[in-house]
Amino acid sequence: MPIKTYRQAINEAMAQEMRRDSTVIVIGEDVAGGAGCDGDRDAYGGVMGVTKGLFPEFGESRVIDTPITESAIMGAAAGAAQTGLRPVAELMFMDFLGVCFDQIYNQAAKFRYMFGGKAQCPMVVRTMAGAGLRGGAQHSQNLTQMVTMVPGLKVVCPTNAYDAKGLLITAIRDNDCVIFVEDKFLYETSCEVPDEIYTIPFGEANFLREGSDVTIVGISNTVNKAVAVADRLAAEGISCDVIDPRTTSPLDEEAIIESVETTGRLVIVDEMTPRCGIAADISSIVAEKAFGALRAPIRKVTAAHSPIPFAPALEDAWMPQESDIEQAVRDVLGYTR
Amino acid sequence: MSLDKKQFLQAYRTMRTIRDFEYRVSDEFGKGNIPGFLHLYAGQEAIATGMCMNLDDDDYIVSTHRGHGHCIAKGGDVGDMMKEIMAKQGGSCAGKGGSMHIVAVEKGMLGANAIVGGGPPLIVGAALSAKTLGTDRVGVSFTGDGGSNQGTTFEAMNLAVVLKLPAIFLFENNGYGEGTAAGYAVGSKDIASRAAAFGMPALKVDGADIFAVYETCKKAVKHCRSGKGPIAIEASITRFRGHFEGDAQAYRGKNEVKRLMKEMDCLTIASASAIKKKLATKAQLNKIDKEVAEYIDESAKAALAAPGPDVSELLTDVYSSAY
Repeated sequence: MPIKTYRQAINEAMAQEMRRDSTVIVIGEDVAGGAGCDGDRDAYGGVMGVTKGLFPEFGESRVIDTPITESAIMGAAAGAAQTGLRPVAELMFMDFLGVCFDQIYNQAAKFRYMFGGKAQCPMVVRTMAGAGLRGGAQHSQNLTQMVTMVPGLKVVCPTNAYDAKGLLITAIRDNDCVIFVEDKFLYETSCEVPDEIYTIPFGEANFLREGSDVTIVGISNTVNKAVAVADRLAAEGISCDVIDPRTTSPLDEEAIIESVETTGRLVIVDEMTPRCGIAADISSIVAEKAFGALRAPIRKVTAAHSPIPFAPALEDAWMPQESDIEQAVRDVLGYTR
Repeated sequence: MSLDKKQFLQAYRTMRTIRDFEYRVSDEFGKGNIPGFLHLYAGQEAIATGMCMNLDDDDYIVSTHRGHGHCIAKGGDVGDMMKEIMAKQGGSCAGKGGSMHIVAVEKGMLGANAIVGGGPPLIVGAALSAKTLGTDRVGVSFTGDGGSNQGTTFEAMNLAVVLKLPAIFLFENNGYGEGTAAGYAVGSKDIASRAAAFGMPALKVDGADIFAVYETCKKAVKHCRSGKGPIAIEASITRFRGHFEGDAQAYRGKNEVKRLMKEMDCLTIASASAIKKKLATKAQLNKIDKEVAEYIDESAKAALAAPGPDVSELLTDVYSSAY
């Protein structure tokens, strides 16, 4: 099977869906790049090159470069989705949610319900999240918790190239507004990805490792860190279930609860700030629904409650590291009442 | 180009329907039969009517919190609207939207929007669909003077110009954004010229004159349908009621509302003008008044008698499928 990067897999999903369905469009800032310039008209193909090649194939009516205007991009996508298109709108950095959130959570998310089931909003917001690239406080955040809390939105956090393709195709075909959170640390990672079109259902977690001592749930790239930790600990005879929920909305609660019922210990890792986050949410679900199975307090491994600092040493200290995950696993294993 | 006899009678009926609808829901609100908030369109009827008469069912509009008039003018079912506003089964939004989210998707009325400035970006999207899918549909965003100050509106106008989309930005300047004068809040004092600065033609019209509104909107729709990109209209008007029902309107001048209701009533102006132009007779208009009054009364009574929504529907239509 061919090996493809996360970037290639996402690009391929869009290209294949655009070939299959002429109502799928891509809209955003520099999704081609070079509009109105003298040079290359597909100069960027997205700031990270994820949409590269779509413009030459599909043209300016379906790969639409916009001004820097996030509210209008999200609103236009929502309005277009309500009237017959399936837009894939790019929100370049998830941090920019602040300037367009109304169009997402008050508009796109609510059309179907607020209009009594008579409207729908089949759009995808592709956005890039994740710290560690020294992007500072406004180009590094993962704000998955902010969209996960909104009824009407679905939220996808692909953690490898295979999942990215299958989940994006599902997202494009879904009749609701889907927030597709790409971890910018993963673009260069690769794995086997079929050339064929395939879909991965939402709300079905992926067990990346199976074990009986501790359950580790990771969101976005933190799940890959959790796998590395689990593999190291396996050499010591500590076995971990490592669960990638794949989507935070809907969330495969059942998979997590079943695992905790076996292991009795839970470590949740996410790269978001700790208050009202995904780790806190999963923690509360397990405390409520699997309290009797717990043999140790639930441990959350999250980022610190601060803006994301720029200096490498500070940013590294801010975000969850493998050593933090490992310590948390040892802590829950060593817990005695 | 102007309204002929048949069109005038249609326009008059629509305006009268909106007026009677608004006054009836105001009464029912006063009696406690309507929960929540109501923002009434009374006084502004000529604008929605004159615009929507130039549109087909498959053209799109988005509306504001003051949206009943737009919905009626676009062909929304009055009975369903009445039920929705009274939170009854059979309502336009199945009881999940209410007055501020009144909708008639089947008539291209994509929804009333309770976020001021929420609608303009959405109509850019509807216009984008029209252009991408190669139809000749146009999209109209009804926005108030208040919404004209929102950044979303600026972004929407710019993007519509950049992508050359068939979008009409219709600004209804009724003089007040909530309890603050447009003369204070609109820095340039002139919404049309601000829209023009984005690079689109912008027209101005007396919003109380159905003939002028109809003709201006006709030009705007023609402009959009012929692929020339977006266009803006500023219609000046007043509102007969407060920002919301129950608004004491202490910010308005002494006798202001009374005077404006006398001087700027689009229905009175339309009747006098039509009779003078021999487009209608007093008897014809009286007949329409009577028919509309009965229609609204029947709709209100049906809504009052209808049961409320079943609580089992609380979680339906959050998502497209099982979640």
